[in-house]
Amino acid sequence: MSEAQDFKYIGQRTIRPDGHDKVTGRANYAADLSLPGMIWGKILRSPHAHALINRIDTSKAEADPNVFAVMTHADIPNQTASGIRNILARDKVFYHGHAVAAVAAVSEAAAERALGLIEVDYSILKPVMNIDDATSNDSPILHDDLFTKGMPEEPKAPSNVASRNELSKGDIEAGFAEAEVVIEREFRTATVHQGYIEPHACTVRYDEDGHSMIWCSTQGHFAVRATTASMLNIEQTKLNVIASEIGGGFGGKLGVYLEPVALVLSKKSGRPVKMQMDRNEVFMASGPGSATRNWVKIGAKKDGTITAMEAKLCYEAGWAPGSSPLGPACMTVFTPYDVDNQYVEGYEVVVNKARCAAYRAPGAPQSEYACEMVINELADELGMDPIDLRLKNVAKEGTQTMYGPKLKAVGLVECLEAARDSAQYKTALKENQGRGVASGFWFNVGGESSVVINMNEDGTGTIVEGSPDIGGSRASMQMMAAEELQMPVEAFSAIIGDTQNLPYSNPTGGSRTTFATGMAVVEAAADVVSQLKERAAATWNITPEQVEWKDGKAFNTKGEGVLTAAEICGSAAKTGGHISGRGNISARGASPSFAVHLADIEVDPDTGKTTVVRYTAIQDAGKAIHPSYVEGQYQGGSAQGIGWALNEEYVYSSDGRLENPGFLDYRIPLASDLPMIETVIVEVPNSFHPFGVRGIGETGIIPPLAACGTAVSNAIGIRMSELPMSPPKILKAIQDAS
Amino acid sequence: MRLDHCYSMTAHVIFSSELQKFTGVREATVQAEDYRSLVIEITDRYEGLSAADIEDMSVAINGEIIVEPMLEKIDHGSEVHFLYRIEGG
Amino acid sequence: MQKTHVTATVNGDVKEFLCDPSDTLLQVLRDELGLTGTKEGCGSGDCGACSVLINDRLVCSCLVLGVEANGEAIETVEGIGEGDKLHVIQEKFLEHAALQCGICTPGLVVSTKALLEENPDPSEEEARYYLAGNLCRCTGYDKIIKAVMDAAKTMREKA
Ligand code: FES
Ligand code: FES
Repeated sequence: MSEAQDFKYIGQRTIRPDGHDKVTGRANYAADLSLPGMIWGKILRSPHAHALINRIDTSKAEADPNVFAVMTHADIPNQTASGIRNILARDKVFYHGHAVAAVAAVSEAAAERALGLIEVDYSILKPVMNIDDATSNDSPILHDDLFTKGMPEEPKAPSNVASRNELSKGDIEAGFAEAEVVIEREFRTATVHQGYIEPHACTVRYDEDGHSMIWCSTQGHFAVRATTASMLNIEQTKLNVIASEIGGGFGGKLGVYLEPVALVLSKKSGRPVKMQMDRNEVFMASGPGSATRNWVKIGAKKDGTITAMEAKLCYEAGWAPGSSPLGPACMTVFTPYDVDNQYVEGYEVVVNKARCAAYRAPGAPQSEYACEMVINELADELGMDPIDLRLKNVAKEGTQTMYGPKLKAVGLVECLEAARDSAQYKTALKENQGRGVASGFWFNVGGESSVVINMNEDGTGTIVEGSPDIGGSRASMQMMAAEELQMPVEAFSAIIGDTQNLPYSNPTGGSRTTFATGMAVVEAAADVVSQLKERAAATWNITPEQVEWKDGKAFNTKGEGVLTAAEICGSAAKTGGHISGRGNISARGASPSFAVHLADIEVDPDTGKTTVVRYTAIQDAGKAIHPSYVEGQYQGGSAQGIGWALNEEYVYSSDGRLENPGFLDYRIPLASDLPMIETVIVEVPNSFHPFGVRGIGETGIIPPLAACGTAVSNAIGIRMSELPMSPPKILKAIQDAS
Repeated sequence: MRLDHCYSMTAHVIFSSELQKFTGVREATVQAEDYRSLVIEITDRYEGLSAADIEDMSVAINGEIIVEPMLEKIDHGSEVHFLYRIEGG
Repeated sequence: MQKTHVTATVNGDVKEFLCDPSDTLLQVLRDELGLTGTKEGCGSGDCGACSVLINDRLVCSCLVLGVEANGEAIETVEGIGEGDKLHVIQEKFLEHAALQCGICTPGLVVSTKALLEENPDPSEEEARYYLAGNLCRCTGYDKIIKAVMDAAKTMREKA
């Protein structure tokens, strides 16, 4: 792509194609589909955090006249499918809320009542609720077949440490030997939830002939198909998964919880089945993002040159080994810095909590929080401006990352400069206020995307894509097709295809949709253009090369003549039949997006209450296709990160029960908690994308943790090292200090 | 044109700490035309290193993270890194 | 369990339905009347996704029993628009990109209508506090508040 492209449609703020349905209530989400004869499924969940299941007696529930089907783990056909023990527990429950059995009954209330008829005999075990306990010598062991992976020597005994990771570059000891100032500190972050407002839900139907349909809210309906088909031993061609509108995901709707259960219940009962988690279940059994304990040590010369960076990261996986984002946590921790000597060691630990799920830039917020906090402390220690310190050591094109490759062109310098030049950075703070600045890095991914553009007889086009649209991406697809075809945005509609009518696509996640699916749209649109040219050429009896496509029309360069898309498509039957373009790609060249955030926070010294008085989010988008939705991602990521920093946490009782599985006590930011969130879109194009796009969805959740952490620390003059910084914790810190 | 181009391509492979347990070295020079032959070459060379160990990892070739590298051509002088898998949110 | 016969005006139409005494208004709207525009985010009055108006009073329909609707006028998101035209509030939500996933949008549109009926000229702070019962996890509220303020201004100019 050329450096500065002139765009006709890209960069405008169009009205999204699904907008009317969403403001009028017509849009159908997971819980909105009902079918004739439908019954309701519900899941029985463990009241204990850690227990052996001795016996499950479902006979009373089965005898209930309102009940159509009852199932346990044993009813899942493929007992070796991966993830099966989270769907329904086998011989052991590993967390409060672990699914144990399920029923389908005539109504939701009847299903709920029937759950009470199922008798489960448990032997209660001592739960293991945090990293410290899990790694202590006398800790109960969750899995007696779990031996730590990645140890220098093969471990002899099972352990709650699932794996060890290590990354390094340069010589860490030499780096610290060179340092004149060294700061080290340990940080803790709590278990958090993605907090999407729409609970998991699905409606399914298993037909006598073995075909089945799943309607559900998911970030990846092809992944739902794969998981469900494998657990139930169904051929994929017989299983159609329809992605409903999705009410938020943030990584938490990549996993599968209900669908295989609902389908077994449907098969057993011969009825369509609807299942919907209630809010408690969402908090108990889906989601959480890892709690962590992270130690970071950084050394620098007096002039601010950083000579060494070292980290030891511990991430909870929940009960299921391999569920934490430890790998990315280790890979991201120091990436904003071009420093020769870096070393990181990571541990994944299992505890009696729900299996961790991906949460926006999985792993990065916690590890980068620790790094950024130490960087800010280092700036204080050196008497340097924290942005200058970052600029002095900034990662840029050619920087060798600790995890391997060298960075291509990235926009961190531009983000830092924009932060330094921002209105907020120049504004003086008032009493009891503090300011924090922090950077963030996320890789972004590419992956498989498929798109078909069907050209209608009137010359308009329908874009069919396979990436569930969570944040307005259909608008971007329309705009990219419009740009490539040089036709107005309104000439296109965009829909999400089912697993049966569209080729495979990876889930919406990893900030890949506008990037990768966008590339597939461009490829499909280019395919349409070449077909339109061929058809025009056939009409004029010239070669396609003699046709020019411009302003949405074909021009005969060998004589007179112009044909519109409508004219070509309207007579497509005469020139070879229907015109449709195709883009099936495995997208390459996803490029990182860096961000810098500024937080100004006021702390009430009497109550510990925090108020975010001003906030600016700056991030490199490569190229913003639809600036409003890019800003929206920055703002939404900021708000989630602010919640993570200030208030959100899972609270457990001493026996491992989750005590706050609701929005009242798990407090996500309200409208009254936040200021306007100012945004700056930096655009350093990604040369691998035809329009320069980088993924932007995830990075925005990373910087708020340290920006807020530093702002609060500065406001009260005490270094806070634990999230969330809820009022009681701040108050205690103030009292302890005085 | 250098002669070795005609016969085989030489790639520079960097192993993660995880894989170094099997290889005992951080870096190696490997002759391979594509990713598939590179994997065969290193699993032959290092006892204990299996294709399954590598499957769990992501791969970057010349700085670009590639999700499904099997058919990827390896140009002479390429750098191949094995990384922890990245999952998005 | 004996069902109760209920008559209510819903979005201007007189509706009759049979209702289990324990059914919430939210369940009735969604499952009996097929008005699935009203969403369930929590079922406990904490998220506002189920916001509806009963005689112009803003309530969480998950906290109201279906039988309580008897004789009342209910307005849901489906009834906010004017014929084949969007309400100004809906237009402004679209213009300002005040939704991402959109699950909170029906509740916010209804709550905003209630706000602007009570207070046609709210300050940003007043709007934020009035809408504090409507959770949105996607947007950070910035664009929602901008849409609300713009809708208020447009409605004042039209009035
Ligand atoms: S569903 Fe009624 S307030 Fe959440
Ligand atoms: S737009 Fe998703 S919750 Fe508000």
